[in-house]
Amino acid sequence: MTLEIIGISVLWLFLFGYVIVASIDFGAGFFSAYSDIAKKKHILHKIIQRYLSPVWEVTNVFLVFFFVGIVGFFPKTAYYYGTILLVPASIAILLLAIRGSYYAFNTYGGTERKWYLFAYGLTGLFIPASLSIVLTISEGGFIEKQGETLTLLYKTLFVSPLTWSVVLLSITSVLYISATFLTYYANEAGDMQARELLRKYALSWSGPTILSALLIIYQLRHHNPEHYSNMLNVAWMFAISFLFFVLTVYLLWKKRYFGWAFVSLVMQYAFAFYAYGISHYPYLLYPYLTIYDGFTNKTMAIALVIAFIAGFLLLIPSLYLLLKLFLFNKKYVKGQL
Amino acid sequence: MWKYDPVLFSRLLTELTLTFHIIYATIGVGVPLMIAIAQWVGIRKNDEHYILLARRWTRGFVITVAVGVVTGTAIGLQLSLLWPNFMQLAGQAISLPLFMETFAFFFEAIFLGIYLYTWDRFENQKKHLLLLIPVAIGSSASAMFITMVNAFMNTPQGFELKDGVITNIEPLVAMFNPAMPTKVAHVLTTAYMTSAFVLASIAAWHLMRGNRHVYHKKALHLTMKTAFIFSLASALVGDLSGKFLAEYQPEKLAAAEWHFETSTHAPLVLFGTLDENNNVKNAIEIPYALSILAHNHPGAEVKGLNEFPEDEIPPLYIHYLFDVMVTIGILLTMVSAVYWLGKQRKWKFIMNKWFLALLVTTGPLAMLAIEAGWYFTEVGRQPWILRGYMKTAEAATSSGHVDTMLVAFSILYLILGIASVTVLINMFRKNPVEKELAERSREREVVSQ
Repeated sequence: MTLEIIGISVLWLFLFGYVIVASIDFGAGFFSAYSDIAKKKHILHKIIQRYLSPVWEVTNVFLVFFFVGIVGFFPKTAYYYGTILLVPASIAILLLAIRGSYYAFNTYGGTERKWYLFAYGLTGLFIPASLSIVLTISEGGFIEKQGETLTLLYKTLFVSPLTWSVVLLSITSVLYISATFLTYYANEAGDMQARELLRKYALSWSGPTILSALLIIYQLRHHNPEHYSNMLNVAWMFAISFLFFVLTVYLLWKKRYFGWAFVSLVMQYAFAFYAYGISHYPYLLYPYLTIYDGFTNKTMAIALVIAFIAGFLLLIPSLYLLLKLFLFNKKYVKGQL
Repeated sequence: MWKYDPVLFSRLLTELTLTFHIIYATIGVGVPLMIAIAQWVGIRKNDEHYILLARRWTRGFVITVAVGVVTGTAIGLQLSLLWPNFMQLAGQAISLPLFMETFAFFFEAIFLGIYLYTWDRFENQKKHLLLLIPVAIGSSASAMFITMVNAFMNTPQGFELKDGVITNIEPLVAMFNPAMPTKVAHVLTTAYMTSAFVLASIAAWHLMRGNRHVYHKKALHLTMKTAFIFSLASALVGDLSGKFLAEYQPEKLAAAEWHFETSTHAPLVLFGTLDENNNVKNAIEIPYALSILAHNHPGAEVKGLNEFPEDEIPPLYIHYLFDVMVTIGILLTMVSAVYWLGKQRKWKFIMNKWFLALLVTTGPLAMLAIEAGWYFTEVGRQPWILRGYMKTAEAATSSGHVDTMLVAFSILYLILGIASVTVLINMFRKNPVEKELAERSREREVVSQ
């Protein structure tokens, strides 16, 4: 294994971590706001608050970790993505800022206002949509390079069906991942009314995620044939991913082993996410930047890997403590603490 | 005619984000230490007031942390979005501390979450206090790592640059550059000092308004004492920073002091104005003080601006920024010393309205000094972004939309600023100390029965 591969694998792992924890967070925000409008707030609000409160700040760090890490391992991404992403990334920052701070104002400041909740719910859908655009751009065809100047072709990006399929997948996934996790969480809390409602949400969002994923694969065939043919090489990974999907839906349907249903969902996304990542190899940005020509020097790479291992050894026990005290603490989950 | 200039707008947007972020970041670094001190004193003295102090500070702290986190995310991304050329080059030598900063921040975030929700979970309060230690370490370590990056921009080392290609990289040498010790120490001590003064302002405000509850008196005493200690520390580090500048960034010190000609027995120039021939007018001059600040000797030679090429001299207005920072620093040290002495000698006037009013200003003044200090060090590095290697103008993005983003972020920070202050005021107004103390003693009675 080369240092380049180690670097990108670590970053991809953290991005995957972000996709899962942030989806739970974003979806929870949406369900929270939706339940208020649909007059079902009394069912969902408490369970969502209990989960979100101690972990919201941690979610954000996964994202920071990813973008600091990618610039560290692949400094050229700062030049390419930094130049073209000014507008889309700034929009994402604005939304994240509004969302994060208003969550704290609302929860800790005790100033509960309807429009806070509403903004909170909506940003939960807009943030994944705006962040997912980066993946679309990475497929190539949306950048013009004249000499040393890079420009993002906003119009081409905006009218591309690929863009919208990716946005669709990101939003449906957020809702599906979140609902499945919260079903498990409500079940642990013994809150059957919330569990049933969330289970219903999870099942109804399961189909749309698969459909939008298929849509993307279909469009990639025309948009980026090279990537598409690489995807066919790892078709077996997508197949395993699909089997996990079936398992999750089956368990949810049968109301059994909600914890395993969520684990299976994580596996489904992990296989699909890695299959996508592997088939994207070696490009960071089609066709300009690969992980090899964008890589930092060897000394720095080794230093970063060492720092990563040391940091990881520090984080794992801390995260374990966090999960043990809140997520896996029956008393806390049930609201007895 | 008005012309769109991405460099100018990138600078403005970065300045704006940092101006706003540094307020919350400073509180984020300093307040955990204050909470820890209050909780520790409360446990040791078995005094309910100090415990409540820690609890109330924590509640306020969470609000500021939230704004600090989101604006920190913003500046983290803006580094790449606005300065892609800089990050592409410097990233190869200095990404290690940036990367480690996210770990420190991660560590802090996890334990802050735990600390917030476990006030009543432990029989033994000391165990709860233990959870705060990683929060304090994490936030201070974050500040340290980020400041290392900033120090690197001032005194880059640990690499070689030939024809735009960077080689021979030594990440640790880059991290531990000459600017690093004084800069990190200055950032940390002033953050502790400023946070203590901000909390002292709040206590002084209540006392000034006629609420003479012993809770506020204890709060004022604790915060002023801490503030005094860290003011002294900041002054000491400030002096060392002057010596660092004289040695490694003489042009910054010379510009800050309007010191044009290299000379011995150099005086320290405070405020004043410049005429068209760069003669200093209307200034207060302290004889030999600049030589002492620079080299610890009244007869020492201090390099003047005449020794530097004209296009590598920072803007001369940084003189005022430097003066504002230093004057406020000295003033605050004196005020806290007077308070401390007054407390020892039982002078009555320290609880007078006018003296309390003076104490109320300490928090805002300290924050102003932080802002002036950062403006001084950042503007004082100009025209360089990476001193001696890359100029700010070469580093900026070529994107055509930085002006729009500047407007968008201005609105965001305005909203966040107003909202965070309003939320904080409402939060504490709705739940005054007296009410909470009464509730807590009632609860204890119920428990003991």
